[in-house]
Amino acid sequence: MTRNRMELTFPSLAENESFARVAVAAFAVQLSPTLSEIADLKTAVSEAVTNAIVHGYEWRRGDITLRVSYDERGEMTVEIEDHGRGIPDVAQAMEPFYTTQPEQERSGMGFSVMQTFMDDLEVVSHPGEGTLVRMRKRIAAGVRA
Amino acid sequence: MLRSYCKQDALVVALDGELDHYCAQSIRRQLDEMLADPSVRYLVLDFDKLTFMDSSGIGVILGRYRILRDRGGKMAVCHMNPHIARIFHMSGMDRIIPELDRA
Ligand SMILES: Nc1ncnc2c1ncn2[C@@H]1O[C@H](COP(=O)(O)OP(=O)(O)OP(=O)(O)O)[C@@H](O)[C@H]1O
Ligand SMILES: [Mg+2]
Repeated sequence: MTRNRMELTFPSLAENESFARVAVAAFAVQLSPTLSEIADLKTAVSEAVTNAIVHGYEWRRGDITLRVSYDERGEMTVEIEDHGRGIPDVAQAMEPFYTTQPEQERSGMGFSVMQTFMDDLEVVSHPGEGTLVRMRKRIAAGVRA
Repeated sequence: MLRSYCKQDALVVALDGELDHYCAQSIRRQLDEMLADPSVRYLVLDFDKLTFMDSSGIGVILGRYRILRDRGGKMAVCHMNPHIARIFHMSGMDRIIPELDRA
């Protein structure tokens, strides 16, 4: 059962990348995470929000929604949603080193970073409608009731 | 501004702050201004003061690596914290860019 949750919506401006990861870290403090767990969360959030900005909306401006919650066992769920162009082939997009923007010096490692730093990664996307990235991570210290 | 130190054909640059997509553009531009000097053949990136990096940083590092490689130069890194080192290793950059403080 969800114990606590928060939701933020912000426009796809690059300066909101650091805002989003700091917001998630501040919320996660309630679970007494280690420094390493905070760094994992911040990096994964940064990847998903950056993807929404540079791929989802590319040159357009649109809204990004960030939802974070945790349950009684200290399991965090983080969702990042955009209503941008979507991903035609999610399995291919998640392969390491796959990128559609090599000319922008992208390395195609974003999804691999999310996968490595979180316990679970789920991507739901529909071309022309947008992308939802859902990640979970158990914070070891967890909730002290 | 990035702090840098240059001696003959070697350039040492200390990164600081955060290296994400937002900051990447300015860091890339500053590094490329320094690398515009064709006599620079060796670049060392010092990560001591860098507090955050994500995959956008991989792109910046690999891009500078290619510039140096194409002019017959070399690149190295030092003082990476464990978190940044993990991203560095994940992307396989450790196979082409040596870590000075690990060798
Ligand atoms: N929110 C999104 N909307 C549309 N396409 C996306 C989205 N997120 C990812 N993609 C697609 O998936 C590919 C892989 O994403 P990933 O984050 O792994 O690599 P990248 O962003 O291309 O490079 P890097 O993250 O290393 O800078 C992207 O190149 C893009 O084509
Ligand atoms: Mg990415």
